[in-house]
Amino acid sequence: MEENYAIEMKGITKRFGQVVANDGISLAIKRGEILALLGENGSGKTTLMNMLSGIYQPDEGEIYEDGKPVYIRSPREAFSYGIGMIHQHYKLIEVFNATQNIVLGLDDGRLDLAAAAKKVKEICSRYGFEIDLSRKVYEMSVSQKQTIEIVKILYRGADILILDEPTAVLTPQETQKLFTVLRNMKKDGKAIIIITHKLNEVMEVSDRVAVLRKGKYIGAVNTSETNPQMLTEMMVGHSVSLNIDRPVYPSPQRKLVVEGLTCVDEEGITKLDSVSFTANTGEILGVAGISGSGQRELLEAIAGLYPVKSGSIRFVGDDGAEKELVGLTPKKIREAGVGMAFVPEDRLGMGLVGSMGMTGNMMLRSWKNGRGALVRRKEPENLAKNIMEELDVVTPGIDYPVRRLSGGNVQKVLVGREIAGEPAVLMTAYAVRGLDINTSYTIYNLLTEQKMKGVAVIYIGEDLDVLLELADKILVLCGGRVSGIVDARTVTKEEVGLMMTEYRPEEGRL
Amino acid sequence: MTTLIALIVAAVTFGTVLMYGTLGEILTEKSGNLNLGVEGIMYMGGAFGLAGAFYYEKAAGELASGPAAISIAILSAFAAGMAASLIYSFLTITLRANQNVTGLALSIFGTGIGQFVGEFMRVSEGGYVALSNNLKESFSATVFPDFMIKIPFIGRILFSHTIFFYIAIVLAVLMYLFLTRTRYGMYLTAVGESPSTSDAAGINITKYKYLATVIGGGISAIGGMVYIMTTAGCVWNHEGLSGVGWLAVALVIFCMWRPLNAIWGSVLFGAMMIMYLRVSVPFIPTELYKILPYIVTVIVLIFTSMRNSRDKQPPASLGENYFREER
Ligand SMILES: Nc1ncnc2c1ncn2[C@@H]1O[C@H](COP(=O)(O)OP(=O)(O)OP(=O)(O)O)[C@@H](O)[C@H]1O
Ligand SMILES: [Mg+2]
Repeated sequence: MEENYAIEMKGITKRFGQVVANDGISLAIKRGEILALLGENGSGKTTLMNMLSGIYQPDEGEIYEDGKPVYIRSPREAFSYGIGMIHQHYKLIEVFNATQNIVLGLDDGRLDLAAAAKKVKEICSRYGFEIDLSRKVYEMSVSQKQTIEIVKILYRGADILILDEPTAVLTPQETQKLFTVLRNMKKDGKAIIIITHKLNEVMEVSDRVAVLRKGKYIGAVNTSETNPQMLTEMMVGHSVSLNIDRPVYPSPQRKLVVEGLTCVDEEGITKLDSVSFTANTGEILGVAGISGSGQRELLEAIAGLYPVKSGSIRFVGDDGAEKELVGLTPKKIREAGVGMAFVPEDRLGMGLVGSMGMTGNMMLRSWKNGRGALVRRKEPENLAKNIMEELDVVTPGIDYPVRRLSGGNVQKVLVGREIAGEPAVLMTAYAVRGLDINTSYTIYNLLTEQKMKGVAVIYIGEDLDVLLELADKILVLCGGRVSGIVDARTVTKEEVGLMMTEYRPEEGRL
Repeated sequence: MTTLIALIVAAVTFGTVLMYGTLGEILTEKSGNLNLGVEGIMYMGGAFGLAGAFYYEKAAGELASGPAAISIAILSAFAAGMAASLIYSFLTITLRANQNVTGLALSIFGTGIGQFVGEFMRVSEGGYVALSNNLKESFSATVFPDFMIKIPFIGRILFSHTIFFYIAIVLAVLMYLFLTRTRYGMYLTAVGESPSTSDAAGINITKYKYLATVIGGGISAIGGMVYIMTTAGCVWNHEGLSGVGWLAVALVIFCMWRPLNAIWGSVLFGAMMIMYLRVSVPFIPTELYKILPYIVTVIVLIFTSMRNSRDKQPPASLGENYFREER
């Protein structure tokens, strides 16, 4: 057995101060295998992989490559062992173009970008990537950035690839493309470790699954001999039900009326084309669509963050009086009761201060309500405690800097805070990106809870299955236009899928 | 016309001082280190540069030659600047002390040391430290033959400056080529943009940061020496040197971290600084003239941030220390 493992980690332990991130973990992977690494948020997946890529040093334990012990003291040494990692938060120089990023850090002789570009093109055509090499990174979409990351490690001749949540920010189509590439690389005899929270992806692409829980290694199973339910239980440690309740709210009322909303971006491209819909209290309105069909613009326009060309957005008060929101400042709109929890690709960028703890970050939202110059800590502290308990945030304490939390836990803080704002209209986009399956369901339940309190919820999601289970109505966007608003209880996945790709306004209008 | 030419020539003289300070700081900041100690570094460069040339002449006596004195002055200033920024590098890169605090401390420390060395020489040499007229000449002489300087208009504007000006221009061009055309320049830019990315790509962050900061400090220090040996006439003059380092820091922003911009930028700033001597407008206090460069810098900052171009921003990690296991 021993000799055909590409990488073997034995008894790895890593501590950060009082936090034990990895506790005696042993893990092995063969060449020509795709291993999925699974675990709840903060269970230590990223930390473990960072020790393979030379970012962290293990406190205890050994690493073997092809049976020989290796000591990986820096990312550079990791390359020399053929190990390459694509990090959860991309590591690219924004002001450089693709080629410059790919050759970064290599020192073979003279700087010859033209020759490098040629070699990059070869790799691209071999695995079927499409990239514009002269484009600067800051002009690229996430999936393009990811492609560069992959090409970057292939260019270095890596044959052990680690991908940390590569699909979290990809559309289903982009994910499929990525999987095709991964399968090609597997055929090439490369060893691939992929971290993801999406169990259907695990089932689809991996050969074996290894599970971590709270820093400990639980076990590994062959993908063909397991199922999502079993994996979830391994991850969480007890049985969980992966069902979403969909109770019916007794007396829905109109809360937000959007009519003929049209938005045009800076380059004059129409992002939203006469979008009309009504969001009711006690209802979750799901928004489906291929990514980039105007979802983001829709939410931002409602929140007052995106310029509106024409149309109206009216907020219906409890007494039935309508208030026009177009033209109001974001602050006024928020005060009117429209809350937005938009989870961007860069979690720390959106309204969290990395060096502050949870309490401090809660205060960012609530300090305006306080009287006088002194801040009151009691309320935000309680709120932080609540979120920590309800969403199971893995942190040593509410005052621990959020920057040090694991990716998924940062997100929990963000989402928890927005929901706690108790808006009358709650908008969320991609709220479960990067969250483990258990927490995702907690969030779904929270949203349903809000709905039953009479909140009008607008939910933008990528996972159609979830959308069909969670939402009451689904609005399908296609290229900035509404191709239908359908009843989520009766519509099928295929029907929605079709509406996402073809604009057919006559059908399925509610 | 002659006033204009005289103004330009004077602007270049003072601009040369700024150009060294700025070029050095550009190199430093490209690595992500914001060294606010330029003021102190230039003081030290001035004092040690003068000391180098002075003690060389004292030792060599009649045999002292101009070129040798110039080289020694440059080298002493450079070494002083390197030593000062080595302290800064050790504190911020190795010990991860706050860059702003360290820089300000270095600024105070450096001015103190400069003052001390300058005064010490004065006292120990019995009141007066100056080079012989011969050597003084060679510091302020131009390298071009007479007939070129005599070309109408452009002769004086282009060819009448000291050797330091031409060295600075060569330095600016070299630095530009280094940053844009070579692998090491590209990696240095990467380190300043994102140390964690560069580290993950296998670049030795510590090495790049140390080298850029130490060499940058050396270059800045030459500026101080140039001031003492040209404008101040080879005697220790701390008053004239005060504020020059800060001006260089502002100029770095004005130049958008590009060495070639430093050439015309420093001449422009030089012009603004000496304007009050040449173009006096009644009732306007000279102090108002002196804030002109800072006002211009603020205006440039406003414009560039309005245009929001990603290529014209400071190195993204400027002022932040890097520690691999921190996130
Ligand atoms: N550099 C660090 N400093 C302090 N604590 C850290 C550091 N890196 C990780 N941790 C802690 O170690 C634990 C494991 O984090 P890790 O990022 O490995 O989790 P993860 O499994 O990748 O989670 P996610 O799915 O949310 O990304 C967390 O509790 C985190 O707070
Ligand atoms: Mg992680």
